[in-house]
Amino acid sequence: MVDLNIKIKDLLFKNPVLTASGTFGFGEEFADFVDINNLGGIIVKGTTLEHREGNPYPRMAETPSGMLNAVGLQNKGVDNFINDIYPRIKHYDTNILVNVSGSKIEDYVAVVEKLNHLDKIPAIELNISCPNVKEGGMAFGTSCASAALITKEVRKAYNKIIMVKLSPNVSNIADIAKSVEDEGADSVSLINTLLGMAIDAHKRKPVLSTFTGGLSGPCIKPVALRMVWQVANRVKIPVVGLGGIMNPIDAIEFLLAGATAVQVGTANFIDPQISEKIVQGIEDYLELHNFKSVYDIIGLINREK
Amino acid sequence: MKKQIKDFVIIQNQRVSPDSFMLRLRCFDPLEEIKPGQFVEILVNNSQSTFLRRPFSIHDVDYKENIISVYIKIVGDGTRQLAYSEEGDYLNLVYPLGNGFEILENKKVLLVGGGCGIAPLLYLSKKLNEANNEVDFAFGGKSHDDIFSIEEFEQEGCVSISTEDGSFGEKGYVTQSQLMYQLEEYDAVYTCGPEPMMKALAKLAAEAKVECYVSLENTMACGIGACLCCVTETTKGNKCVCTEGPVFNTKDLKW
Repeated sequence: MVDLNIKIKDLLFKNPVLTASGTFGFGEEFADFVDINNLGGIIVKGTTLEHREGNPYPRMAETPSGMLNAVGLQNKGVDNFINDIYPRIKHYDTNILVNVSGSKIEDYVAVVEKLNHLDKIPAIELNISCPNVKEGGMAFGTSCASAALITKEVRKAYNKIIMVKLSPNVSNIADIAKSVEDEGADSVSLINTLLGMAIDAHKRKPVLSTFTGGLSGPCIKPVALRMVWQVANRVKIPVVGLGGIMNPIDAIEFLLAGATAVQVGTANFIDPQISEKIVQGIEDYLELHNFKSVYDIIGLINREK
Repeated sequence: MKKQIKDFVIIQNQRVSPDSFMLRLRCFDPLEEIKPGQFVEILVNNSQSTFLRRPFSIHDVDYKENIISVYIKIVGDGTRQLAYSEEGDYLNLVYPLGNGFEILENKKVLLVGGGCGIAPLLYLSKKLNEANNEVDFAFGGKSHDDIFSIEEFEQEGCVSISTEDGSFGEKGYVTQSQLMYQLEEYDAVYTCGPEPMMKALAKLAAEAKVECYVSLENTMACGIGACLCCVTETTKGNKCVCTEGPVFNTKDLKW
């Protein structure tokens, strides 16, 4: 038996596989395909203070080995989450994290104050990296000063685990990670989507209504791995890696690079059972290579260089 | 029925026209009840440029043989690779997705299909006939090549056809055909096809004060309501075509 448990601060995860925000709904959407209770955690759709309609259609463009999205944080607002969704999903025997987003620091603070009271939400993912909204979003995550400020303010208002989701659209992601660690972040997750664009040459128009969108899928995996490795070598808090993980071996690569856990995102769209398969695949890998714990491989490439 | 992910085996891949084909896919387990208008997402093998599954409507269901028929028009590399697939090959399906069409009872209904939008209307018409409706069809396409399964449709109701080049039936758009002057004779119109066709029809149906149900085909990623990419604007805000559609009453759409 291998030990798949990992911890972020004092929060135990039964395995290192979480589902990425915006790719797994509220878990319920996948209930026909996976046993949610077998996942390390689920990170539910980006939640803002007020209801948001998101961007106009079209919001998605398929690209080689990936896709662009410009959903723009469509969600019904935090009160709807607390009143309608939370009661439906709180029975899941897994860690449910809420991805929190907004345009203003006050909005983030207002959301986390409301989430503080929910017993079955042990952590939030602070989204300072959404590339698809006009105000806020990624802007908070692209400078050390603003990333530090928002982390500091949210830290004051939220007393459980804070995972800060970082943007790859920066010149030095490790500096940003360090600045949020210094302000009390318990973990960082990376990477959010890379800003990209698609053009339809036949129609002579951009594919997305917003022109630009966030690139995800296996095409971004090498960038994500590099950034996870850089950040894991810079901060002491646990790093959660994501970006193009399509199978167990991809996930293991992130662990080897220094991630304590991983998130599975876009792959859920192609194989709705993939998150559970990745849990199993990591266990099989560890058993095959005689590792006793997932911690035996976390950052292994850094130890043996 | 619960959503499933399963391998189906291709028992027939038949060219219908130079750029379209019909796949008959057998499930190894007994098929559970599928609603007309629900759709499948097929994983495309061997296509480098195809990353996501492809959504297709269900043309017909044979519960005795556990077969789903899917009509596919070749529009890109993904559909081209599916066209190359052979009998005996496996395809991985996520199904049945979406809510499908509302089945009225004891009414007179018109089913209007354009191009590959004709496909879901066969299974729909069978279910409508089971519910004692009188079913007529109006089909449109660019040319004769776009019109298929006519013998099967004629067993379910009276078929009238329009093609833009006049190679089959009336010349012109289906929305300009003779039947459109008699819309008020119907209790409801069901349609699937290109958006301009459906919008024109929705307008005619509204003028004739006839309920109009449209099946949309917005581009989508997940097909199960998670990615929020396939939304359409409704009177109650953006709704996912995959889970809250693909069929909408046009009254609810911001068209």
